[in-house]
Amino acid sequence: RQNILSPHGCKFLEAPHNRVTNSTKQDKNGISNGTLYKKTFIEHFEQAPMYVAVLTFLGFGVGTVFGYLRDFMRAWGLEKRNVATEREQQKDFVPLYQDFENFYTRNLYMRIRDNWNRPICSVPGPQFDLMERVTDDYNWTFRFTGRTIKNVINMGSYNYLGFAETDVNALKTVTIELQKYGTGICSTRQEMGTLDKHIELEKLVANFLGVEDAMVFGMGFATNSMNIPALVGKGCLILSDELNHTSLVLGARLSGATIRIFKHNNMQSLEKLLRDAIIYGQPRSRRAWRKIIILVEGIYSMEGSIVRLPEIVSLKKKYKAYLYLDEAHSIGAVGATGRGVVEYFGMSPDDVDVLMGTFTKSFGAAGGYIAGRKDLVDFLRTHSHSAVYATSMCPPVAEQIIRAMKCLMGLDGTTQGLQRVRQLGKNTRYFRRRLHEMGFIIYGNDDSPVVPLLLYMPGKIGAFARRMLEKNIGVVVVGFPATPITESRARFCVSAAHTREMLNTVLNALDELGDFLQLKYSRYSKSSHPELYEETRLELED
Amino acid sequence: MAAAGAGQQWVLVEMVQAFYEAPAYHLILEGILILWIIRLLFSKTYKLQERSDLTLKEKEELIEEWQPEPLVPPVPKDHPALNYNIVSGPPTHIITVNGKECINFASFNFLGLLDNEKVKSAAQASLKKYGVGTCGPRGFYGTFDVHLELEERLAKFMRTEEAIIYSYGFATIASAIPAYSKRGDIVFVDEAACFAIQKGLQASRSNIKLFKHNDMADLERLLKEQETEDQKNPRKARVTRRFMVVEGLYMNTGDICPLPELIKLKYKYKVRIFLEESLSFGVLGEHGRGITEHFGINIDDIDLISANMENSLASIGGFCCGRSFIIDHQRLSGQGYCFSASLPPLLAAAAIEALNIMEDNPDIFQTLRAKCERIHKALQGISGLKVVGESFSPALHLQLEESSGSRENDVKLLKRVVDYCMNSGIALTQARYLEKEEKCLPPPSIRVVITVEQTEQELDKAASLLKEAAQSVLN
Repeated sequence: RQNILSPHGCKFLEAPHNRVTNSTKQDKNGISNGTLYKKTFIEHFEQAPMYVAVLTFLGFGVGTVFGYLRDFMRAWGLEKRNVATEREQQKDFVPLYQDFENFYTRNLYMRIRDNWNRPICSVPGPQFDLMERVTDDYNWTFRFTGRTIKNVINMGSYNYLGFAETDVNALKTVTIELQKYGTGICSTRQEMGTLDKHIELEKLVANFLGVEDAMVFGMGFATNSMNIPALVGKGCLILSDELNHTSLVLGARLSGATIRIFKHNNMQSLEKLLRDAIIYGQPRSRRAWRKIIILVEGIYSMEGSIVRLPEIVSLKKKYKAYLYLDEAHSIGAVGATGRGVVEYFGMSPDDVDVLMGTFTKSFGAAGGYIAGRKDLVDFLRTHSHSAVYATSMCPPVAEQIIRAMKCLMGLDGTTQGLQRVRQLGKNTRYFRRRLHEMGFIIYGNDDSPVVPLLLYMPGKIGAFARRMLEKNIGVVVVGFPATPITESRARFCVSAAHTREMLNTVLNALDELGDFLQLKYSRYSKSSHPELYEETRLELED
Repeated sequence: MAAAGAGQQWVLVEMVQAFYEAPAYHLILEGILILWIIRLLFSKTYKLQERSDLTLKEKEELIEEWQPEPLVPPVPKDHPALNYNIVSGPPTHIITVNGKECINFASFNFLGLLDNEKVKSAAQASLKKYGVGTCGPRGFYGTFDVHLELEERLAKFMRTEEAIIYSYGFATIASAIPAYSKRGDIVFVDEAACFAIQKGLQASRSNIKLFKHNDMADLERLLKEQETEDQKNPRKARVTRRFMVVEGLYMNTGDICPLPELIKLKYKYKVRIFLEESLSFGVLGEHGRGITEHFGINIDDIDLISANMENSLASIGGFCCGRSFIIDHQRLSGQGYCFSASLPPLLAAAAIEALNIMEDNPDIFQTLRAKCERIHKALQGISGLKVVGESFSPALHLQLEESSGSRENDVKLLKRVVDYCMNSGIALTQARYLEKEEKCLPPPSIRVVITVEQTEQELDKAASLLKEAAQSVLN
């Protein structure tokens, strides 16, 4: 059971299994402590049979060989060069890009480039309109035909609660604020950029999360990359999960602290790192660490797994570390009333030192926040890079967040918010259950609205996305380097705005395509009595 | 074959014979040596660490004893940044700060487009069609037709091949620099570069060489030193990329960079130029195209121009423009582009409309420059305060002529000047910096921002009020 090929583990050499707490088997995330969880925590990371790995590597090998062939032909003028080139006057400068760095981009990515950056021309709701785009020279350039593909089912946008809408009533307050405030701020928070709207929003966010205070920022990515350096510096230790988002990695690197990585969601690995850090101190000088901070995400967007929060909190309390929780995907999407993983596990928000999240996904706006105790937020108001040098959030966007949050909290007088959260939960569970039954390999937790469907082979990436578009369904496919090289996947984002009919359309299309492209790798036998599986899991409690 | 076989047999016979003929002590010595080798092969290795390994009890004690620092150090209640100005309503020409109506001399709304009706209606139309957020990064259905249109328009306006938009101004240059400059490359940067550039450089992990602000001789000296280094190791020099990062109009000092000399140095020493035009876009040049138009330089000579849309265009976000060869690379390796949600369409629509206004009214740039000259002249000769910045720069600094010795006291004095002005109806602000994070911390100053909407009476009023304030506070 050695991990031979990649740090993520060559899972093809292990037998297939699921990971279930409360009755746990040994798995890649170690033995978990089931007694801390109030409800079953079921995550699947099934491995595909061995031949899939072989064929995947074969596929990449063929692509690489052809890549070398084409490069050779281009270098010798046998094939036309389509890439932009350096200026004549600057030909003797040091070359800006190394040829081999771009090998993958030129030869493999370019072949299936039409599946990304697809432009849309409507609101990114449960259905959207795509601009029709064709290529005359095998994806080197695109041109728009002028037609739009209408009512494509949207399985790619992060619209978990369906707040990306253009309903006039819903956007009434946003329209008013846009007319009143305009779109710009032209100043930073500490100079002349703090508007009364920001104060209102911050109070509401703090109220929503159940913490003392909160601060909002104009961009979610920048929230991480500009605040982690303010919280930790040299002499501190950051323990970061293997699969953390680029913004967390960038923030950790910019802070100058020492970074150590623990295996994804693996509590044994984390505990070992914590113990070694406290016992042996800083490397070489053996001084004690100034502070230790653990960086984790609520839902990991490429895996669909949920963080093991109860265990991390117990570890953090035992070893006196601090916890930074990035709830970009989980705020609004999990939890009985949409308050994120903290509520999902039935824990108190005081257990987490720094609650961070973004408004892009569940609230249909833009920006990020950090919430916690008042002294933390006061410190960030004075020392965050964003407060001093970056523009504050724009008022119409702030108003959109306010109205979405009020809807979620029920402050607008309706139960629409709670209905959306419940609908999302239902849609998620239905979608995942049906995909399991069909025999696809799906990663992640049963309650996570992010559903990665494994494709493995590079050739299937392009084929899958293009054929789904022909059936009028827009999907997101991801390959290397965002995922390990053998685990390319299609990632679905379930939304509360999806109706049962839309989900069934998608599922039927997936069924057909799965048979055609032979994507049903799962070795679990499909149930011949699907009615026995009807909603036996825990329902959302009132 | 037979001869070889015979040869082998012959050697074997010789060996056996030698064995019988050897003296006894020789055989015994050999036997002892062989037994010793066998023993060494099978004994356990000798580990030095065995002695200093901790017992479980000691480890538990260490874990018990360790006390971390508090997560955040306590912040004093009277910290200036905690008592920030709260603006009620839009930060337009007449701004309501802390409940009091003032004339706005603090927001970077140079062309007055924040309040423009056409811009707002374009944004409203976009809101009706697209909603607010884009719910995804550019690669995953976050590319809207407004983004593509804005990129085309910006490229056409700046007369470059291609432009790329970011959803946040700070992230623009902070993502652009690390996309090209990696570990081992060399970047020459001005001392007065803004914080976003510093963060971009830190993320790139390249070798940073600072040269004195606007000092071409210092820069040339550094370039010459690098040349001699190169001659020692030509192989390494052939793969080390070199860049120069300068700003068109410096935010921290209000002056412009000497671009013609920089271009000469570029070709002489083979260094690429990255130009940051956040303050000069929409301000300098006959049509507002920035410092390249101001000096009449061919825009292809600059490798990358980066600007944010948060000043003149009164929107949110930023863009980079240049040749396709350079800009296209950021679409896969610009972190703030690939891993972040795209710009909300209503802000992109507002930016397009603002660009339209800029193109239709090219005389506003001349008007703005005239106002800047006017107030620059009017602010000369205030006792105790000196004006820092070019005469046509719309963002000036007022620094204390003589520092009191400690930065804290300077800040307090300037605060009193600002408060005096605020109480009399002119909204000003101090320039804020993170004292511990800046590489070269500028001295404390008051920021004076001139916009096209300010009338001449207001400019004169501001100047005279500042004179009064300086008189009463500093004397």
